[in-house]
Amino acid sequence: MTAALLIGPAGSAAPEGEWHMAAKNHANTRYSALDQITIENAGRLQPAWTFSTGLVRGHEAAPLVVGGTMYVVTPYPNILYALDLARNGALKWKYEPKPTPSSQGVACCDVVNRGAAYFDGKIIYNTLDAHTVAVDAKSGREVWKTKVGDINRGESITMAPLVAKGKVLVGNSGGEFGVRGWVKALDAGSGSVAWTAYNTGPDRDVLIGPEFQPFYESDRGEDLGVKTWPPEAWRIGGGTVWGWISYDPELDLLYHGTGNPGPWNPEQRPGDNKWTAGVFARRPDTGAARWFYQWSPHDLYDYDGINENILVDLEWEGKPRKVILHPERNGYIYVLDRATGEVLAADPYAYITTTTKIDLSTGRPVHVEAKKPKLGEVVRDIAPAAPGAKDWQPAAYSPRTGLLYLPHQNLRMDQEVMEANYIAGTPFVGAEVRMYAGPGGHRGEFEAWDPIARREVWQIKEQFPVWSGTVVTAGDVAFYGTMDGWFKAVNARSGEILWEFKCGSGIIGQPITYLGPDQRQYVAVLSGVGGWAGAVVAGQLDPRDGTGALGFVNAMKDLPHHTARGGMLYVFRLP
Amino acid sequence: MRKFIRPLACLAALLASCSKEARQFRAGPATGRAPAIAQSELFPGLTAPPASGPNPYEGNAHALAEGRRLYRWFNCNGCHFNGGGGIGPPLMDDQWIYGSEPANVFATIVQGRPNGMPSFHQRLNDQQVWQIVAYVRSLGKLPDAGKPPQRASEKSAARDVKSDPE
Ligand code: HEC
Repeated sequence: MTAALLIGPAGSAAPEGEWHMAAKNHANTRYSALDQITIENAGRLQPAWTFSTGLVRGHEAAPLVVGGTMYVVTPYPNILYALDLARNGALKWKYEPKPTPSSQGVACCDVVNRGAAYFDGKIIYNTLDAHTVAVDAKSGREVWKTKVGDINRGESITMAPLVAKGKVLVGNSGGEFGVRGWVKALDAGSGSVAWTAYNTGPDRDVLIGPEFQPFYESDRGEDLGVKTWPPEAWRIGGGTVWGWISYDPELDLLYHGTGNPGPWNPEQRPGDNKWTAGVFARRPDTGAARWFYQWSPHDLYDYDGINENILVDLEWEGKPRKVILHPERNGYIYVLDRATGEVLAADPYAYITTTTKIDLSTGRPVHVEAKKPKLGEVVRDIAPAAPGAKDWQPAAYSPRTGLLYLPHQNLRMDQEVMEANYIAGTPFVGAEVRMYAGPGGHRGEFEAWDPIARREVWQIKEQFPVWSGTVVTAGDVAFYGTMDGWFKAVNARSGEILWEFKCGSGIIGQPITYLGPDQRQYVAVLSGVGGWAGAVVAGQLDPRDGTGALGFVNAMKDLPHHTARGGMLYVFRLP
Repeated sequence: MRKFIRPLACLAALLASCSKEARQFRAGPATGRAPAIAQSELFPGLTAPPASGPNPYEGNAHALAEGRRLYRWFNCNGCHFNGGGGIGPPLMDDQWIYGSEPANVFATIVQGRPNGMPSFHQRLNDQQVWQIVAYVRSLGKLPDAGKPPQRASEKSAARDVKSDPE
């Protein structure tokens, strides 16, 4: 039996019935100890109340619950709504940061926002035009607002911040715009920038110093963030931080992934392209790098390394070990020692044609020659496709079942690369892509994975990519949503569907669960299709052009026949 | 990372041909190039504005090929792909937020549009913009898709380009 211990959120004593950050806790487990909703009674769930956001783009955010209030961040224009849980979600106030409309032009994959964080009386989140804002949780008044990026360099922000040790950690988006990726720490009280760590360039910018001890040889050496690129290419080389950040208070380490190198055309950037498509462990106080591991050195397929790093303590080969569980875009689930960055295991959880394995002695993937991109040539049957076997949509881990719950996709692609021309503020990609379903014809899966046995336990096939997040509870129920609008409760042990409800629009949001003021357990999720996968509906794209939305349209031509746009929060409970 | 900053090209042929009528109206901020174009189908007093003219390159196969090349080189395809859209709206369908007439598309490219369409004013000269207009309209099979449009006989493209502002 798995002996898994959970790390509680450091310092912040969030009551178990509340939800203070998108990933629920610093360990990013999205596990809730609430157990009123069970395998036996989940079939009787009913809608309790709903709330319309009034917007039609993709709704990826996790709502927060603090005290008797729920907070919902919308996609652009990033409105923050405060809803009164004692009055069926009646609107208390709204805050409008008014990001510049032009920022919509530099959002690669719909104008989404992945949520907020609560800390010390403030709701803190990012706006599409690269500002971080802190809003008084009671009054809705702006406390501070800090400009952290520049849309004219192609920077935007879509990620949910994490607050650790009084610092707000935020990172940029723009890996398809030739930005230089970074993560910043802002003082939670004042909003001033405490440190900035770039993920390309000289060591001093990357905050690599004497403390840096990467596990693998290929990550050791001076200024690799410059030397593993053609001259100056690191300045526009990507390595953004638009995904998840986790924090281990015992080791005092932050973990964040880094996005794909730019441009997608790999022939324009020979070298390992450090420190893109990997994971950094950093000190929250200074940003100093402790270790780094690169999932995809010299990435060939837009495999951003930004997926969640879930922190759990496992009994690994007879010994307790502090690990990271990371379902990577390249199709492997990694188990890493989170003190050292050593890869303990990397097993395929999806259909893969691009690599044959991860070589555990070097940590590097072994590539299939025939699938490597070549200038002016269409390479077919590349799997996983550009969004990977799993994109941003976060998994959950239950210490009760010892299983990881993975929403993901089953897609492959045909790709042709060509020379990309860098013009600041416009896309820097150099690839033409057409995606389509992987083996079996279904495009999505929701699966349970056993990290100790290193195998899949059960799987639910879905017609469309499962682009929603998930949550798992002590009632052994997991929740997820589908892009055609079904919100589902699943038996976390068997994979049996216990209940489903048809929401107004496709679901790509992150479900949460909480205790209401009436001490009853609720489950909440945003419906509102979009995101990269749902761009064909959210952006009303023309499905005749399969290359649309970086080739995702080709795989989603039928989505407009299954769902329409419209953001709505749904809240469910037992009768 | 090339720089394409060039001095403003001479006024668009269209501006020249419309300038008489345009002077009857209040002048907007001078862009020095884009003709006055209507963004509405509502005309107070039932008075429609003067029709905007055709693309001086309408029907010109070479211009179309150049337009296609420029569309890629200036990363239009990064946002609009091959017309189906992505970050920006589709250009091959029959829905046009800012109008599909050559002058509308010209103005969109030069001026930019508020919800994320960059202004290419400083990057493209008029000739390049008209070439891109021809290509953009060809994506939706609008008249200048390489075959001679109806008004081609009345107005020669070459003459339009060369005519000087009064
Ligand atoms: C950075 C992304 C981006 C780039 C690069 C870009 N566009 Fe756009 N484009 C947009 C967005 C976003 C809109 C919608 C603007 C709005 O609604 O205000 C748009 C709108 C348009 C429209 C108006 C469509 C309509 O329905 O009226 C045209 C035409 C157009 N773009 C053509 C081009 C051309 C030609 C280029 C290259 C010279 C280009 N775009 C480059 C993002 C971009």
